[in-house]
Amino acid sequence: MLVSSILSTVLLLAAAAPAAQTQLPAELSALLLVELPALLPVELPALLPVELPALLPVELPNGDLLVLADLLHTSAGPPIEAGAVVVRAGKIEYVGAADAIQLPDDLKVLRAAVVTPGLVDAHSCAGLAGWLNTPADQDERDDTGPMQPELRALDAYNAREPLVAYLREFGITTLHTGHAPTALIAGQTMVVKTRGRTVAEAALVPEAMVVASLTEAARGEGGPGTPAKSVAMLRGELLAAQDHANAVQRAADAGDPPPARDLRKETLGRVLSGELPLMITAHRQRDIESVVRLAAEFEGARFVLDGAAEILDVIEPVRAAGIPIVLHPTMYRAGGETENLGFTTAAKLHAAGVPFSIQSGYEAYVPRTRVVLFEAAAAAGRGLPPEAALTAITIEPARMLGLDARIGSLEVGKDADLALFDGDPFETTSHCIGTVIDGLLVATGERDR
Amino acid sequence: MLSAALFVSLAFSFAPGEELAPPGLAPAPAPLQEPTGTIAFVGARLVPISGPEIESGTLVITDGRIAAIGPAGDVSVPEGARTLDASGRTILPGLVCTHSHVGGPWGADASGPIQPEVRSLDSVDVRAASVHRARAGGLTTINAMPGSGHLISGQTVYLKLRDAGSVEDLCYRFEDGSPMGGLKMANGTNSQKAAPFPGTRAKSAALVREQYIAAQEYRDKVRRAADDEDVDPPARDLALEALVEVLEGKRIVHHHTHRHDDIVTVLRLADEFGFRVVLHHVSEGWKVADEIAAAGVPCSVILVDSPGGKEEARDLRFATPKILDAAGVRLSIHTDDYITDSRLFLRSGALAVRGGLSREKALEALTLEGARQLDLADRIGSLEVGKDADLCVLDGDPLSIYTRVLETWVEGRRVFDLSDPEDALYAEGGRGAGDARVFTDCCANVAGAR
Repeated sequence: MLVSSILSTVLLLAAAAPAAQTQLPAELSALLLVELPALLPVELPALLPVELPALLPVELPNGDLLVLADLLHTSAGPPIEAGAVVVRAGKIEYVGAADAIQLPDDLKVLRAAVVTPGLVDAHSCAGLAGWLNTPADQDERDDTGPMQPELRALDAYNAREPLVAYLREFGITTLHTGHAPTALIAGQTMVVKTRGRTVAEAALVPEAMVVASLTEAARGEGGPGTPAKSVAMLRGELLAAQDHANAVQRAADAGDPPPARDLRKETLGRVLSGELPLMITAHRQRDIESVVRLAAEFEGARFVLDGAAEILDVIEPVRAAGIPIVLHPTMYRAGGETENLGFTTAAKLHAAGVPFSIQSGYEAYVPRTRVVLFEAAAAAGRGLPPEAALTAITIEPARMLGLDARIGSLEVGKDADLALFDGDPFETTSHCIGTVIDGLLVATGERDR
Repeated sequence: MLSAALFVSLAFSFAPGEELAPPGLAPAPAPLQEPTGTIAFVGARLVPISGPEIESGTLVITDGRIAAIGPAGDVSVPEGARTLDASGRTILPGLVCTHSHVGGPWGADASGPIQPEVRSLDSVDVRAASVHRARAGGLTTINAMPGSGHLISGQTVYLKLRDAGSVEDLCYRFEDGSPMGGLKMANGTNSQKAAPFPGTRAKSAALVREQYIAAQEYRDKVRRAADDEDVDPPARDLALEALVEVLEGKRIVHHHTHRHDDIVTVLRLADEFGFRVVLHHVSEGWKVADEIAAAGVPCSVILVDSPGGKEEARDLRFATPKILDAAGVRLSIHTDDYITDSRLFLRSGALAVRGGLSREKALEALTLEGARQLDLADRIGSLEVGKDADLCVLDGDPLSIYTRVLETWVEGRRVFDLSDPEDALYAEGGRGAGDARVFTDCCANVAGAR
């Protein structure tokens, strides 16, 4: 368990760490805590900031940094006691034991009880979904049509959305975010870092996946009325896109003018070619099996299974099809088509050797967004080994997104995205005390602690 | 971890069948079920709430009540008691949720904004999966209530989560035998809509004031008739009767309210009509903590993982309990289950601690303070001699995410046992977890005997 490791680490440090500390007394005395603003005053008229004070990184030029951790989780190997991360120009230059190298003495130092890779939310709507959930800040769902793959997340993502800043305070550095799975084909997703003043500054992958949904939320009111109709419409749309792609190819081969452009079919054409994965939300076993059938029918396309409340009843076909799983939030509400979801699903998938990521997902009401750190924590509290819970919100989603060469673990050469905690990250009573993206301190902890 | 917990829990269990005495319909205030004999939990960490934690204690329960509690050396196990080795366990009083929607205790319909005559009692399904999930969370008492889409959405019902299949067997009762509950009210945006509902906050308050004035007049007519046999009593009015119970202090108002100005409006109305009120949710309570404290009104707080979701909740924060407590406000914590899951109720207390509340206050907010807010503190909410033997048995620290609720006891009977696969299904989820609970012969026999 993480907490016992931390306790033992603290004891170890008391005996062994002075050597490292004597090298950098000045820096170590300037602990991160000193830099943190005090708790927001009670008199503050509103928590919702008009202009975000923490939007711009705290002044740490060049992204150069030394991070010291009593316990360092890398998501690339066992935890390191008394660990250090050396960051130059926003990239990780060294990860390992603090006493294994001569630590540089020219760097700003951050120190925390526990340090993890920056957390990666495998599926969110934040940034399109806003804090207030009013029409003015709710751009994660467009209910004007059942199939709109041409809707790009990058045209809706608000880099200054306070909800993104809120998540950043909990160590979340990367979001796979986009349109909510409330339509048969809802739109696209993108991958952002939770920093930047504009979508261009935030974007890692401007067009990541296309969101489809075989859930109840995507049926009725102009959309399909039944599960079978959902699949039929989806297949029909994909086949129409294939026809379009074929027509474009034939015209090109013949030197003829291309057919008229069609954004919808072009987007799905990129799905069919495997360029953009199709992430399908499905909860019932029946609907998960439909995803497997679709994957068999459209061989060139890549599929991702999202939600998957009843995955335990249909693990093998999904595994055999090689479809990555983005599991529903652990604390997702049980009811309707999610009545059979379980707190222990993550633990059971892990025990079965099936890789998966954990997501914050889409919420229509309160809470406005889930915090993927908490969802992984809840899974850890129900039998998922804490190290596996951490990989489910770091390296696993990075792999699922094809970004594992850049983010998701603390390894030399990767982006210096880190989350700093004052204790076991999964204990509800712990706090995130700092968030680093590309070597820059972009949040100085949770607002209430 | 799970297998280890189950193994130890099995060792901690009764032999099958021992605990399944048939529950009976309650003639309050007498004991509600058959006597359970004497049981002694030995070696557990006891968290009485009403006093300091006991590292290794003995808890003796007799016929559904707590008979003794103290350090292991100070409390002797009575002869003939069934002794349960509870070493490694932590025992809390059964948790009390002051605001829950498990079992579908819906009240008012769409016909109007003020319907105090409707009773959650007549709606709640105590066999629903959600009710057993509450037991799996260590809850033993809940305030089951209608939603917040009305100014007055109906009467709440206080439920004791006994292992029985009828609401009649679960509801707490007033001295006169009538089901015990409060009155659900709301202000702010949830109850504003097209006429006959109010369109604004001022209209909301005006409609409520008119109704309470009508209730005052009704009460006075009833009193005049009681005092003077020549005066006829007014025709019975179920809605006004319920409000008179509020005016007389028998029925506590449980008031949904988020924004700071809405909170102050509730205080103003409570002052005008003299009703007893608990402020529920109080997302912006931290902005008017001193005003709430000055009014002497307790709060029932929800902790949600992120603020927002609607404009009124935009400034919701983890520090609300800490700030209210520092101002001297008494506070409980609630699930608002379906908003947060009853099985994660202890986590809500831990979130309050994350926001700065002391551990002791957080645990009290999950138990004794909730009992006070339901007028039940003389019966439940702490491990004290004479109180109901309602227990939440854990395998670790109450505020740790890694801790599981192993067992839940009500009046000396185990109503949830994680080592029982049927109970574990409701605790952990999985196929069938959404199905209503199937009761065993014990409960059918009760129904037949009635």
